[in-house]
Amino acid sequence: MSNRHVTVTVNGETREADVEPRLLLVHLLRDTFMLTGTHVGCDTSNCGACTVMVDGRSAKSCTMLAAQADGATITTIEGMADGATLHPLQQAFWDQHGLQCGFCTPGMMMQASWLLGQNPDPTDQEVREGIAGNLCRCTGYVNIVKAIQQAAGEMRAKQDAAAEPVAAR
Amino acid sequence: MTEIATHTTPEVGGMGHSVKRKEDPRFIQGKGEYIEDVNLPGQLWLDIVRSPYAHAKIKSIDASEALKVPGVAAVVTGKDLEGYKLAWMPTLAGDKQMVLPVDTVMYQAQEVAAVIATSRYAAADGVAAVQVDYEPLPVIVDPFKALEPDAFVLRPDRGPDKANNHIWHWESGDAARTDAALEAAEVRVSQDIYIPRIHVASIETCGCVADWNPIRQQLTLHMTSQAPHAIRTVIALVAAAAGLPIYEQNIRVKTHDIGGGFGGKVPVYPGYVLAVAASFLIGKPVKWIEDRSENLQADSFARDYHIHAELGATKAGKITSLKVKTIADHGYTDAAADPSKFPAGLFNVITGSYDFPEAFVEVDGVYTNKPPGGVAYRCSFRVTEAVHAIERMVDILAHEIGKDPAQVRFDNFIQPEQFPYKTPTGWEYDSGNYPAALKKALDIIGYNDLRKEQAEKRARGELMGIGISSFTEIVGAGPSHDFDILGLKMFDSCEIRVHPTGKVLARIGVQTQGQGHETTFAQIIAEELGFPVADIKIEYGDTDTAPYGLGTYASRSTPVAGAATAVAARKIRAKARLLAAHLLEANPDDLEWENGKFFVKGSPDRSKTIQEISFAAYTNHPQGMEAGLEAVDYYDPPNLTFPFGSYICVVDIDKGTGQVTVRRFVAVDDCGNIINPMIVDGQIHGGLTMGFAPSLYEEITYDELGNNLTGTFMDYLLPTAVETPAWETDKTVTPSPHHPIGAKGVGESATVGAPPAIVNAVVDAMWHLGVRNVDIPMTPQKIWRILRDQGVTA
Repeated sequence: MSNRHVTVTVNGETREADVEPRLLLVHLLRDTFMLTGTHVGCDTSNCGACTVMVDGRSAKSCTMLAAQADGATITTIEGMADGATLHPLQQAFWDQHGLQCGFCTPGMMMQASWLLGQNPDPTDQEVREGIAGNLCRCTGYVNIVKAIQQAAGEMRAKQDAAAEPVAAR
Repeated sequence: MTEIATHTTPEVGGMGHSVKRKEDPRFIQGKGEYIEDVNLPGQLWLDIVRSPYAHAKIKSIDASEALKVPGVAAVVTGKDLEGYKLAWMPTLAGDKQMVLPVDTVMYQAQEVAAVIATSRYAAADGVAAVQVDYEPLPVIVDPFKALEPDAFVLRPDRGPDKANNHIWHWESGDAARTDAALEAAEVRVSQDIYIPRIHVASIETCGCVADWNPIRQQLTLHMTSQAPHAIRTVIALVAAAAGLPIYEQNIRVKTHDIGGGFGGKVPVYPGYVLAVAASFLIGKPVKWIEDRSENLQADSFARDYHIHAELGATKAGKITSLKVKTIADHGYTDAAADPSKFPAGLFNVITGSYDFPEAFVEVDGVYTNKPPGGVAYRCSFRVTEAVHAIERMVDILAHEIGKDPAQVRFDNFIQPEQFPYKTPTGWEYDSGNYPAALKKALDIIGYNDLRKEQAEKRARGELMGIGISSFTEIVGAGPSHDFDILGLKMFDSCEIRVHPTGKVLARIGVQTQGQGHETTFAQIIAEELGFPVADIKIEYGDTDTAPYGLGTYASRSTPVAGAATAVAARKIRAKARLLAAHLLEANPDDLEWENGKFFVKGSPDRSKTIQEISFAAYTNHPQGMEAGLEAVDYYDPPNLTFPFGSYICVVDIDKGTGQVTVRRFVAVDDCGNIINPMIVDGQIHGGLTMGFAPSLYEEITYDELGNNLTGTFMDYLLPTAVETPAWETDKTVTPSPHHPIGAKGVGESATVGAPPAIVNAVVDAMWHLGVRNVDIPMTPQKIWRILRDQGVTA
């Protein structure tokens, strides 16, 4: 089968590649674009180490073809920080010891960012259910839940500050 | 929550401070460098043809179609390797294993041939095109059947005098005295316990990039290894045996970041050797990354111990004796990653936290048609099996005599004043305060109230259970008289270099797979020398630069390399004293050390900071003294360390579905002095989860033909955040008397201690129904069947 031409916006940058039709999105990101922060842990959509944002939804990039992503806007872990300023989730994972070996961490934070977009004020149980598609073998999840709650609090505070009427400032 | 003492300011960040991890910025920004992230110019990809049969003759391998696949460069078979004397390699346990089979495959998913190609996709296409003709042979998956006299001999290569499937027999303790004590016991309880085969399943699988440079005669092996120096030496020895010109000074093993280890990245897997061989033959870098199914089906496994235990006691519940007979299923080769001189590792720590005079333990290793078993699963060698057995037996005893399991433990604990304590199987426990840990756990969980609640619920027909585990760990391998890998003694090392501007580079012989060594080892140096943690860089995982060490597993980093780090720092402090004396024009003996500076006794204003001393070491050292401020230490521990703890688990069982829910789990751990409380808590959270996982979910299973039924994460269930309990942790602190900083190690305590607490809780919920034991994993189906058999319905 002939190659397909794929154009995607990754972390704000337009990238193009000729790909085999069977090429997985995660391999396009890792091997072609050299964005190696996205990892592969299982090949069966169970572990979530490959989670990225595709058009605003979290997606497991090991179970999606690069060709399916043609025209999509993709965010990977490399695009999470705002320049030198860490995203609240990145800061919170660091603060709360929400990672150990770090292998699941990018996918976990990608999924958490989707979760907080859906539900800015989750209960601990909602956080646990929201990351049920992401396996961590090191942390026992306790500090991941704490980290996501810390980030949720900070993101809500920022949102509230931005939403305040000018006169009240 | 117990407060942990500190002796330094938070800015210095010595022991006891919850310093945020220095390694985290790269991980949270996607800039970690794991093995699959290593890409070298011109690299080829290696993929592996694997056997569909658990036991078969290879009649032929036809690679002709594979070689026609675009991008495929070569196909390597066992016959090819045989020409280089590389078809077999030694295991760490003194057995041998195949790199590729010449004529017989021994387990499903065994490596049969390697395909090398220009891309991972081309290599996979090549694998699909290799034609192998097999002739199936009888399959043995049950170790008891393997021991039957007429069983098919699985390893004829061992010669005619070993024409059976028995690998070794090992025993410990005094059989006659133990038998006599059991005969005399007022109460005897016995139980069969099976600890099933499980897999560490780190989220990163294994892999390597082997890079042989034929011009420089240099091999650089980038790989996921918990023990890079040992790997380097093994490669050198294998190469020497094969007559290949790969010498140890020209071998560099680099580990990069490792995505979890837990023992699974200690062994040398065939894939690594194949990549090295392929790179050597082709002269280009060769990359091998296994996928999850390969990882779950072919990498080494843990456990698989069939235990029969018998406990003798008085009617009042005072234990007198323990006898244990165990069959150990090692698969087709004994590839146990066990650096002790004992084939069953530390299994004879099975007398646990209890003071009784007589014990006898025997273990027989057996071959079956399964992949090699005997790596750890986040525990040192066979300790989890031992702790599981003794903690189950104590609970069975308590229930048999109608006494509270907590009380039976208090009645039998080794008392604090009995340390150092010599066990009937020969270990000398360094320190402990078992009653304090259990009392604390009972108080935190509100034990008496829970027992009342349980009684009320039982009266209503509800199933609630409370389980205790008061475990003793045994870590820090280890003293060189008992521990080695292929003769390499189990010391570990640290080299510290203090630079003129008062900044520090330290290199250690151990390896982090997420434990946080870049932070905790800096904290040890900060504690000893007063340099702020921010000024200390820790390196490891490059055999060209790090001092020789035996690596990280069995919770040995802090007990062994942590000790080396403290000792090396003290060597630097000793030289710093001489430098300070020179600068202060004082007698070295008149100087006192405090908070990163030396001062003249009685004149605290006459002082020199460690930073001033560092500069002087290069600019103003006295005549006759060597320049510089560096030290190295290779530490051979005088004894192992013995962390301990008491865990209490509360479960509810759904009678309709058999579902076990862990409602609460309190873990009180004692790992001696604590370097970083935040990291210790994280280690315990992770360890508890890896104790919880095989208790309820994980098991590698085979059908009678040796087909692995659990080869993906859809069948081999790792707990998610939804099932995993919200762990409650606390501490007691009983320092190790022989360790330079009084630390004991903590990475695996919880994996060892948690499973019997959970099983004890589940059995406690059903004892009144006549249930004495449930083997793990306690799946809903298993519990539902037990309840159905006891006539219990929702």
